[in-house]
Amino acid sequence: MACNSSTCNSSGCYKGYEEEEQPKPNTKAAVNGGNSCQNLCVKCKVNEPVCCGIGGENSRFCKDCFKNNLYGKFKQAVTYNAMITPPDKVLVAFSGGPSSRVVLQFVHEMQYKAQKNYDANKDKSLPVFGVGVAFIDESSTHSFTSQHIEKAIEDIRLIVSNLAPPSKELFVVPVESIFSSDGIDGKERLKELLDAVSDVTGKEDLLIHLRILLLQKIASENGYTRIVLGSCTSRIACHVISATVKGQGYSLSADIQYVDSRWEIPVVLPLRDCPAQELNTLCSLDGSLKIVELLNGPCSGINGLVSSFVKVLQEENPSRECTIVRTAGKLTPFHFNRVPEIHDSNVPSATRRHQKRYTLKPNGSLSSDSFCPICNSPLKKSNFPSSLRSHGSQQNPDLFASACSSCQFQILPKDPSLMEEFLSLLPQQMITKAKHGDQGNFSLLR
Amino acid sequence: MEADSKPKKSGARLCCVCNQNRAALKRPKTLEQICRECFFAVFEEEIHQVILENQLFKPGERIAIGASGGKDSTVLAYVLSELNRRHNYGLDLFLLSVDEGITGYRDDSLETVKRNELQYGLPLKIVSYKDLYGWTMDEIVKMIGLKNNCTFCGVFRRQALDRGAALLKVDKVATGHNADDIAETVLLNILRGDIASFNSEFINIRFSLWLMLGCQNLNKFSTYAYFKKLDYFSTECIYSPNAYRGFAREFIKDLERIRPRAILDIIKSGEDFRISTTTKMPEQGTCERCGYISSQKWCKACVLLEGLNRGLPKLGIGRNQGLNSDGKKDRKRDSRTPSIESKQCGSLEF
Repeated sequence: MACNSSTCNSSGCYKGYEEEEQPKPNTKAAVNGGNSCQNLCVKCKVNEPVCCGIGGENSRFCKDCFKNNLYGKFKQAVTYNAMITPPDKVLVAFSGGPSSRVVLQFVHEMQYKAQKNYDANKDKSLPVFGVGVAFIDESSTHSFTSQHIEKAIEDIRLIVSNLAPPSKELFVVPVESIFSSDGIDGKERLKELLDAVSDVTGKEDLLIHLRILLLQKIASENGYTRIVLGSCTSRIACHVISATVKGQGYSLSADIQYVDSRWEIPVVLPLRDCPAQELNTLCSLDGSLKIVELLNGPCSGINGLVSSFVKVLQEENPSRECTIVRTAGKLTPFHFNRVPEIHDSNVPSATRRHQKRYTLKPNGSLSSDSFCPICNSPLKKSNFPSSLRSHGSQQNPDLFASACSSCQFQILPKDPSLMEEFLSLLPQQMITKAKHGDQGNFSLLR
Repeated sequence: MEADSKPKKSGARLCCVCNQNRAALKRPKTLEQICRECFFAVFEEEIHQVILENQLFKPGERIAIGASGGKDSTVLAYVLSELNRRHNYGLDLFLLSVDEGITGYRDDSLETVKRNELQYGLPLKIVSYKDLYGWTMDEIVKMIGLKNNCTFCGVFRRQALDRGAALLKVDKVATGHNADDIAETVLLNILRGDIASFNSEFINIRFSLWLMLGCQNLNKFSTYAYFKKLDYFSTECIYSPNAYRGFAREFIKDLERIRPRAILDIIKSGEDFRISTTTKMPEQGTCERCGYISSQKWCKACVLLEGLNRGLPKLGIGRNQGLNSDGKKDRKRDSRTPSIESKQCGSLEF
């Protein structure tokens, strides 16, 4: 139980804290020893610190202060960007990993507090935002035993049902149901589609695009107004590097902001300021934050290479991931990187003030109204052949000729004769979006 | 002819451009199999196009070619003198070398440059650290050790090249930076948190010809030099080991292996980054001591030199020390805003 050693990182450590009595003698001994500063949490100066965070000051927080610190980052991201407002219904994308587990916990705590305030308030003017949880089952793309998956889904149900009150709706949706509106066997179709992509990285990225499309579908069918992702700093840092490597420098700044409302339902990233390492530590410290063994296989191709590169850099300098995200954060965001204006009078004026303050200047970015039909990244004007637009083309191949160069390389088939077949495999939702993308999506945003 | 002799072998594919000779290599950019002659033609034509498109030269200009004796600059010198003759650019070309004073490395490579002088008939000018600063790299390393020595070398070389260019009275300096170098710089700038230099470096590249070979892949340089049997020197600098840059270089090599176009994609990303106009940029001024361009009171070379001469080699390295902030403590931006020439080893070097 030598928990005050600064290198201890085993998950067994928190046990010492559950048994309230045990740490006390240790703390006293430390005070008597005269090096109390060394052995107390830098924040509360009461409890013993545990080894958390990424070196430096962070490494000497106690469990509660550490959690509060992370929650503070989350809360700040949420309020400053008006991510969640009382009339909202938010859908938390939950994979079972540490990041999404933490975001789910934090959203729950926020909702719980709001509920308490609501119950205490007489006039009930401010409603409590609703929370739903979506788990995308990607088992059809991996080779897992059905037993393994059932167990994981069982665990997820348990986690979600434990997060009540207020109770939360859980959606367990297999990824192939993106094809459900097409009225065919989704599993087969998904397999065919993925087999048609020869590039490993392209396959992986296409799956990510399908996932977000499916989340959009779930959210819009069930009346949700926000999608919350658990993308942490480390994840975003990897995205910065891999997007750079894939030649997506222009659209990069759209993906790494707190809010991304180029979709029908805005997507928010409240853990943007929390490194994965801290989230992992929190999960291992807090016994109630049970994570579900990941169902997703390791990354391969470019994405795998990038994440191992970032990992090496992170080992060399523990704040490297934050530096990467900060650097990329200086790039100019797009006009859709904020929540759409609220005209509802129910919204507290404080939220609206916040939103005004953080509203981005239009600075000409409105001109970029065309999006890649596959990955939905904004296209640079000069890269977009203007002749294609005036055609008003009904044919799919023409439509997808406007895909970004990265998708054209790694996802679309190189042989034009295969194009028609490939496009017939894509989910209807993607085709429809590509056809109406420019007009449909943007009437919402403006 | 060779193709005729062994037509059954699968390796004996014909060049996709001329369809006559046996293909000798696969172009990383397009993955086409092409023969040696067509490769030369394509390579030279691409550089010619880059020069024309970006209007890099005007007739009658004097151009110094930064020549280290390595493959990139040797290829540059060869191709530029060849194109100058073929397309009548009307340029006066010079070779400009910097002698850092590294025994066992630069002295050997300078021999190569001297041979190139004769082979291509281009006048050569060598500027040495010893003459300009009174220190050779050997002496500097003896004093400060193997850590951070690249900082001195990089800062001094950039300035030495400019001073050499002034001595030759040239209008422009052409350097042999290839696509790999630039991709590496893009990555390192992201890792380092250096958004300002995206603008300044890319503007720099655009207007001082650094990108002139940027469209070419590193492999092509070695291939070109190898096939043309150019006389070049290929040894790593004996003082260069730098873990940090090594990571990035290794990463780029790995990337190229699984996706050759990744290097060009990185450069494209670097060019496409949406840099806000309000990001604070260093202002260009002149050094109060030597008159060289500087964003600070003293240019980085003078700060480093002062440190060496005063026996405080750590001066000017790192964040909080330095003459500029010594003088005026309130000018905090001195140590924070990186100037173009105060890059550590990671910036574009010559």
